[in-house]
Amino acid sequence: MATVEAPRGLELLEQLGKTNDGKSPLGCMQCGLCAASCPLGEAMKFPPRKLILQAAAGNLDKVLADPSLWMCVACYTCSLRCPRGIELTDGLWPALRDAAMQQGFQPPAELQETFQNVFKYGNMLGRSPRQRMEWAKDLDVRVLDLSKEPRPVDVLWLVGCYPSYYPRNQPVARAFARLLTQLGVTWGVLGAQEKAMGECDRMAGEEGLFETLVEANRKVLDKQDFRKLVVLDPHAFRALQKFYPRYGAWYPVQHYTTFLAERLEQLKPLIARPVEAVVTYHDNCCVGRRCSCYDPPRSLLQLIPGVKLVEMARNRDNALCCGGGGGGMWLDSHIVAQGGTRLSDLRVAQAAATGADTLAVSCPYELARFEDAAKVAGVEGRLKVRDIIELLAECMDLGERNVS
Amino acid sequence: MKITVVVRQIPDLIEPLEIDSSGTAFDLGSASFIVNESDDHALEQAILLKEAGGATVSVVALDFGDIDNTLYTAAAKGADRIIKIALADETPPPPRAAAALYAKAIQPLSPDLVLIGVQAHDELDGGLSPFLAAALGLPYVGVICGVKPGAEQGTISVCKEFPGAVMARLNVKLPVVLGIVGAEQPPRYVPVARVRAAMKTTQFEEQEAATAAVGPAVSICRLYPPASGSHAEMLAGSEDEVAARIAEILAQKGLVK
Repeated sequence: MATVEAPRGLELLEQLGKTNDGKSPLGCMQCGLCAASCPLGEAMKFPPRKLILQAAAGNLDKVLADPSLWMCVACYTCSLRCPRGIELTDGLWPALRDAAMQQGFQPPAELQETFQNVFKYGNMLGRSPRQRMEWAKDLDVRVLDLSKEPRPVDVLWLVGCYPSYYPRNQPVARAFARLLTQLGVTWGVLGAQEKAMGECDRMAGEEGLFETLVEANRKVLDKQDFRKLVVLDPHAFRALQKFYPRYGAWYPVQHYTTFLAERLEQLKPLIARPVEAVVTYHDNCCVGRRCSCYDPPRSLLQLIPGVKLVEMARNRDNALCCGGGGGGMWLDSHIVAQGGTRLSDLRVAQAAATGADTLAVSCPYELARFEDAAKVAGVEGRLKVRDIIELLAECMDLGERNVS
Repeated sequence: MKITVVVRQIPDLIEPLEIDSSGTAFDLGSASFIVNESDDHALEQAILLKEAGGATVSVVALDFGDIDNTLYTAAAKGADRIIKIALADETPPPPRAAAALYAKAIQPLSPDLVLIGVQAHDELDGGLSPFLAAALGLPYVGVICGVKPGAEQGTISVCKEFPGAVMARLNVKLPVVLGIVGAEQPPRYVPVARVRAAMKTTQFEEQEAATAAVGPAVSICRLYPPASGSHAEMLAGSEDEVAARIAEILAQKGLVK
């Protein structure tokens, strides 16, 4: 009897249906809500609906070869709106990107470089692992480096790549160190042993790299004695909450907004002075839309005397993404070349339209993205971009000594 | 066509290099290593030629630094044979002596084409690529930025750079050693899953350590860190003051009247 070989695209969709990433893509009824909701859908030749259609029809190579495969920035809007509950963001896009690379299709050059940096150095910035503690140099509070002095701690703080290395983010890391110290918890960091958690690599299709990072990070984390992990990076939160457990690596983890929001009563006595600012908050996608965690960051901002919180028209589950997820941090030039828009440019305009003078964020990528976008939009002078930690640190006199 | 590619590990300048206590060598124990960029292009060029028409690609390397990762990546990209040469010393010899080690491993392969990066930043006594050609007794063409299959049997078509932004396409008889600046396309990215698969399936052909007597060699008397010369002058003040100071400096240097 002759056997009919299933199209490879269909096989891929069937495999996805067997994972715990939502419902099977084969249940797609082609309603198009995903494509219509996607902030970059109009610039994509194959938005999610068409990805499924083409893959199911056996035209997988067409999809894998197309530049629009590298335009998703993992904002989760399509996944949350899909009436069939198909997990397009965590499931379909990474699987297709992985398949593309396995078949030799090349990801955009900047993303390749990032993958190589993460593989070789354990951070996306391509910096030396030995310089990971650079942010803490001459810091006025003690930073316990658990890689050198292992001991039980309440909080193992995963500092993250950008707060460790990137000059704009380093003051945020220093302020958080002072804040943790003020809160009286015992805490430590992994120092030179810390590596990227790999969420962006996974979402960008590099499952093999992600697996390598999970193995390496597990080895390091399993040697430590801690009650919980606290992260500044919502992407690290997402990785540890959702993707590490798939490899049997389960750790209690909190994003810093949740961790601090549970301690409002302890934070109140630390307040030294008001911060006069009209603030609008940008909900990041991993902790916000994906995990419906909208109130903790706002409760922190409302704690600060003098802060007037105003909302953008698109907020909470309808917030517009900054464009930096799913590898998007390194896909701007690709997306623009394909006729897409940098979402950070649109988002900054939305923030400026509220009349706010401060755009508050809680993701390390967003400081750089939005400050750059503010320059592009010409609102640099009247819209400051600040991490919630920076605003808290200012009202508690825990910020950089030379920052006004 | 049988192609052999030489890939080298060089100190990664992501870390500041330090001079060791002898004062005549870098402290390579505290350095990390990466593949030499133009060797990576040589490998890419070899794989492209293989894809264009049925070549076999052998990769030859000294066992040093992070070479295993580089070699597994080469296998994942499509290299057919991997030959790893053990070192007699802790660090690789300088290019002239290294050329003899590579030649010993390459000669039995009787390649039609040897591809190697045209330079590396650790070449102490001259470029390895022409030394290798001499050690193999083969002709050498350097500064190559693209190789295509030749129009006639037994030839290869190369794009060679000359000074003054002049590029020439030359038909070169095989066998030959080519010093590669760049491949026809940037080195490809292979996903880590494929590198990990290669780690499980690739067998290195390991060669014993050997020493090569190459006559007089360069010896280092003393290494010095680069001395800082004059520092930049930071101009402060109002725009007019800064502009006036710039004009003054340019006049002092005789650049404007």
